[in-house]
Amino acid sequence: MNKLERVSKNFMKYRFMLVELIKKGVKLKYRRSYLGILWTLIEPLLTTIVLTVIFGMLLGRSGESYPVYILSGRLLYSFFSSATNGAMKSIRQNSGMIKKVYVPKYMYPLSSVIFNYVIFIISMIVLLGLMIFEGVFPTWRIFACIIPLIIILIMSGGVGLILATMNVFFRDIEYIWSVFLMMIMYGSAIFYYTDSIVEKSPSKAILFDINPLYACIRVFRDGVFGEAIHWNLVLYSGLFSVGCFLIGLIVFYKKQDDFILHL
Amino acid sequence: MILFYIYKVIDMGKPSVVVDNVSMRFNMNQEKVDSIKEYAMKMFKGQISHKEFWALKNVSFTLEPGDHLGILGTNGAGKSTLLKTVAGVMKPTEGTVSTRGKVVPLLELGAGFDKEYTGRENIFLYGAVLGYSKSFLESKYKEIVKFSELGDFINMPIKNYSSGMKARLGFSIATVVDPEILILDEVLSVGDAKFKQKSLKKVTGMFDKGVTVLFVSHSLRQVRKICNKAIVLDHGQIIKAGEIEEVALFYKRMLAANDGEDPNQVELLSLDKSLKQHRKEEVKKLKDELKESNDKLIEAQAEIERLKALVNNK
Repeated sequence: MNKLERVSKNFMKYRFMLVELIKKGVKLKYRRSYLGILWTLIEPLLTTIVLTVIFGMLLGRSGESYPVYILSGRLLYSFFSSATNGAMKSIRQNSGMIKKVYVPKYMYPLSSVIFNYVIFIISMIVLLGLMIFEGVFPTWRIFACIIPLIIILIMSGGVGLILATMNVFFRDIEYIWSVFLMMIMYGSAIFYYTDSIVEKSPSKAILFDINPLYACIRVFRDGVFGEAIHWNLVLYSGLFSVGCFLIGLIVFYKKQDDFILHL
Repeated sequence: MILFYIYKVIDMGKPSVVVDNVSMRFNMNQEKVDSIKEYAMKMFKGQISHKEFWALKNVSFTLEPGDHLGILGTNGAGKSTLLKTVAGVMKPTEGTVSTRGKVVPLLELGAGFDKEYTGRENIFLYGAVLGYSKSFLESKYKEIVKFSELGDFINMPIKNYSSGMKARLGFSIATVVDPEILILDEVLSVGDAKFKQKSLKKVTGMFDKGVTVLFVSHSLRQVRKICNKAIVLDHGQIIKAGEIEEVALFYKRMLAANDGEDPNQVELLSLDKSLKQHRKEEVKKLKDELKESNDKLIEAQAEIERLKALVNNK
């Protein structure tokens, strides 16, 4: 039996475990809160209102659909942030189980990325509602949004696998990553427009060009606002995420047998 | 159908556990390096020194289906590490472990429970982690709940359970399958006396079905009760393997030697003890016999008295 066959057979055997872990993530996230799963809709809406008030009214940044602009960026960013954070901590959190019985360890980071993705997709409803409320009616170009949604899933999975592996050996990664995430947030143009910045000083464009998450958000917004898609950004972020995922898989696969010695 | 049975017959002849030349190395850092800064600094100074530690060294044995192996050894001899490699939790540094059939480790039951989850949800979660399918768990759900004796508590979050309740649920989930290989670390002490009895019955029921057992215990008495084969580990190496009685005697002598006693003396003492026991029994038997004949004598005397009286009357 070759390796790939063995891995896929093992996956089939444990696929119910993956389903259970995803279910657990979604179920427990809002358990014991009165509004439950409704929070996936309310929370992004509330933060969008706060950001709109602060940046829109006080600092005078506005476009006609500024809230939609903010929400579309914020949703993607917060998925990326919670998925990578969850995946990073997943191995340590489940060390009790890993130390006692054999389990395919990649299930843990994978499940935490997927369960965050499920919540993320549910919260898309808010965006659709806000778009209609703000008068940004979806055109056929909205279907292009599927591309960045797939790319960001692969990217989060790859980054999550790398972080999960590193975090087993060095706990510092958790702190470093939270700073890094903040950097990504400010660099991804969630609540400001890049055009005016690039116009003023074209050299700053590189800051956005190298940020694959920004590329994802930009392409996603293209779809939302019914504009032509930036294929170069699709290509860049797509290649980046696939590369990330492959590296993540290799690193994880190579190091997973050592996990138990460090947990 | 016939083919299936033929397959089964062929299958039966094959060993169920093969541990082939297994070695397990741990890198013991002088201090645990937990941060990148520390690591980088140490690397820079050339201080990354791994002190190698072999928890297992060239361990080999083969178990046929139905064998019960006792693993003996003092603390830190590598017993738990050996169990973990067989259970697939640890991958050996060198050598291979191959097992046939479903392996069920009964170690620290309920370690994988989620506190916020109810008992019911945990059955499916823990079952899934053990590699059972959804349909299987659904069909066995009632049996698990019944065996755990949790009743209505099954719909409460686990965090409200007592430790005994948790262990009972863990045991019920883990033992719902008929494993081919059972891994036991120390004898099970789950719940109250009644449940202990019940769980012991379940495990011995598995023994009767021809399961292969790996059993770690400090209690030589228990090992002798359960196992037919045994190995003794010392500093990661097998120093004695064979039939249980032979190994048990060796282990007893080894422990005595470790305690600084003369093993021969210990053996003499134990022989002496059994001799004394034997004598006691003998004496008791004689006493009983004596008492019996005494009773008979008294009876006979009474009879004589009666006859005498009869004669006198005449």
